[in-house]
Parts: sequence; C-alpha cells; structure tokens
Amino acid sequence: MPPPPTQPNVRVVTLRIDDRDLSAREDETIIEVCRENKIPIPSLCHLDGLTIWGGCRLCMVEVAGQNRLLAACSTRVAEGMRIQTNTEKLQRYRRTIIELLFAERNHVCSVCVSNGHCELQWLAQRCGVDHVRVPYRQVPYPVDSSHEMFRVDHNRCILCTRCVRVCDEIEGAHTWDVMGRGSDCRVITDLATPWGESESCTSCGKCVQVCPTGALVKQGTSVGEMVKDQHFLPILARRRHAP
Amino acid sequence: MSTPTRITVATTWLDGCSGCHMSFLDMDERLIELARKIDIVYSPLVDSKELPETVDVGLLEGSISSVDDLEKARAFRRHCKILISLGDCAVNGNVPAMRNYFKLDDVMDRSYRENVTLQPQIPTRGVPALLTTVKPIHGEVAVDIFVPGCPPSADAIWYVLNELIEGRVPDPSSVTRFGA
Ligand code: SF4
Ligand code: SF4
Ligand code: SF4
Ligand code: FES
Repeated sequence: MPPPPTQPNVRVVTLRIDDRDLSAREDETIIEVCRENKIPIPSLCHLDGLTIWGGCRLCMVEVAGQNRLLAACSTRVAEGMRIQTNTEKLQRYRRTIIELLFAERNHVCSVCVSNGHCELQWLAQRCGVDHVRVPYRQVPYPVDSSHEMFRVDHNRCILCTRCVRVCDEIEGAHTWDVMGRGSDCRVITDLATPWGESESCTSCGKCVQVCPTGALVKQGTSVGEMVKDQHFLPILARRRHAP
Repeated sequence: MSTPTRITVATTWLDGCSGCHMSFLDMDERLIELARKIDIVYSPLVDSKELPETVDVGLLEGSISSVDDLEKARAFRRHCKILISLGDCAVNGNVPAMRNYFKLDDVMDRSYRENVTLQPQIPTRGVPALLTTVKPIHGEVAVDIFVPGCPPSADAIWYVLNELIEGRVPDPSSVTRFGA
C-alpha cells in the first residue's frame, strides 16, 4: 500500500506528548511528530520512506482515554490527543519485546558481522536490556550464502519485513516475501528458492542496507565490519511517490 | 552503605576465556585506588584458596558449561551478598553457548576424535563432565547485576564497582552492551 499523497490543505491539530504542547498536520502519525520534535521512540519495523508495517510493537505509546497501547508508527494524530511515550509500563513492555527477540533466534553479538552497527543491539542497550530473562530457544535457522554479493542469516532475522518492503516499493523487484507461521516464519527470496538463483533480484543491495540487524549482510564481511547506509531511502522514496 | 567502606570482593572464571579478568586488570593505576577500597578475598588473581563465609560482592566470568562451573556458581551465590555476571559469556552464554546448537556427543567427537591425528580419545579423568546445555549464570542461580560486553571495558568494570562502593545501584547499560 503506497502512502497516501500529501493533501495540499490538511488541517493542523494540537496535541500533548509527554507534557509538551505540540501541533502537527492531521495526516501525520505519532512517530513522525515525535521524530520532528526529537522525542525518542524505539522502533524496528518502521523506516521513513517505507510503508507502515506495525509489526514489532516497540513503538507503543499510551494515549489517554484508550485502554490499550497504540503503535506510534501506525496511529495518526488527532485533535486534543494526550500521549505518554516513556512510562514505566512502556519501558517494561519494550524490554520484554527486545528480550524475546534475543531469545527467539540466535544472537551472539561479540562474533556478529553487525556488532557495533546493529539497531537491535543498540535498542537493547538504550532500553536497559542487560540480560534476557527467558530461556533461549536455541533452534538453528538456515543461512543462505548462494548470492554472489549478499548473505541472509535467518538466525539474526527479526521479521521486520523492511527487506520485503524496500525491494517491492523502492526497487520494484519484489524478490522478498514472508513464508510460514510462528517460529517457522521466515523471509524468502522468489518462491523460497536460493537467493543466488533468484531471477527477480537486481543485486541492488537495498534490502541489505535497510535490514536493522546482521540478517542481511555483504559477503566477505567479518566481525563488526557490516556498516549500513540508509541515506538513499528517503530521497528515493520521495522521487517514487512524487506526483 | 552511605559512606565509602572497604568491601570484600571474590571473583572466579567459569566457561570463559579469562578476558574479563584481563579487562579488570586493565584498570591500570585505578587498581591502586581500588585496592584501598576493596579487599579481594578470593580470585584467580590472588593466592587464597577458599571462598570466605560471607563476601560482599562476587564477580563471575564465563557461562555454566560443566558440573564444576555449576558448583562454583552455586557456591558464589551462597557466599556472596551481591552476585555480578561479568561479561557476555556469563550474561548470555555468548561463544561457549554456540555449542548448544549441536549434540554434545557430536561436539566431543569433533573436538577429540575427528580433528585429532595422534591417539584420539575423549578425556574423562581430571576434567569435569560437560553439561548438555550451556547456560548463562542466571539460568542456574539468581544474579543481581549484569555487566555485558566481550569483554566489558575496564571503564565499565570500574564504573560498576565504584557505584557499589559508593552505595549506589549501577546501571550497566549506561556504559556497556552485548558485544561491546
Ligand atoms: S544482529 Fe545485532 S543483536 Fe543480533 S547478534 Fe548481530 S549485533 Fe547482536
Ligand atoms: S538486492 Fe535489491 S533486488 Fe535483490 S532482493 Fe535486495 S532489494 Fe531486492
Ligand atoms: S532479513 Fe533483515 S530486513 Fe528482512 S525481515 Fe529479517 S531483519 Fe528485517
Ligand atoms: S515501529 Fe511501530 S510497530 Fe514497529
């Protein structure tokens, strides 16, 4: 779903975030307004320039009058909204989500190609995750190194679908998809065939650059060497969606 | 503990590489200041052979991989008022836990038979039996403070100890992280 084109005369609403009075365009999401105003909100699946996914739930906020938490990346602002972004409850939930991500697959930061340049690792530190309280599942996932330039290590994948969206929406190749349910869920190339045999992949590398973890990396990278560059995304996204 | 007092500290390594202890020594001249504030009563770094009845702070490096590691972790928990997991192996299993993805028998075969040319055999005497699953310390005993890092920097260790000496609760995430 492409983001709706910006309307020429949208209304401006006023709202309160963490006891700050702010105004915003009514077609903005909570996370966009927070980013504009330098209010930090942890997020993993959200990426400026891609469509909304709302899957990781890290960006949840408390909105007065709502008896459930709302995802800041997929909730539009409204007149008079009162939002809390960093309550103890939210901190607890975020820590738990991050711990579950670490426990679900296999993350050994000290020997990971993305060590020091990983959004998951960085969020863990920022949210105070200094250990994982649940037992690690310890189930091995496959690694596909068949592509001549890139590699996918499903052990490090957090299923944020950024790769799926960037390949479809920005590159226009739609090589990636999601297959399976629960713990069997994984991203696939073409019809679950090796990436190296993909007929749709143009080898542009966009998926690798937007992947927040060490799941998608360049071949030949060693510990801590995989540094990603996402600067291309907002620029290309704007051009793609230009009227 | 509102005023600085001399606290007793015990350390040991389980399934780790001793790198966290080396990082401890990397505190360099700050060790002199530390020596005025703490007493290291038991550690691979000192001579004493027995864990005293009560110790203020225990530091454990490495994960729990053998019956011996498990015994030491339990002893530290019994004797230490505050128990610290020092480094990624202690905190999350890290590299030692990578064997959990294979059967223990296969790991043994690989290490002591497949890759050995001279008299391949699995050692049984004088070595502790390995546990099927490698666990972080808190997978077996309660841990009070977690200091991730591989190894945590000397600065991080200094910060944590100093906070404890000053009677504050350290926030390790402010100075270190997994893989740091
Ligand atoms: S992907 Fe990130 S969190 Fe996972 S092991 Fe690598 S650096 Fe650590
Ligand atoms: S390299 Fe480009 S075309 Fe190939 S899967 Fe990644 S984003 Fe799609
Ligand atoms: S491979 Fe990377 S970008 Fe794709 S879903 Fe997994 S973590 Fe997200
Ligand atoms: S960033 Fe909002 S759900 Fe992932």
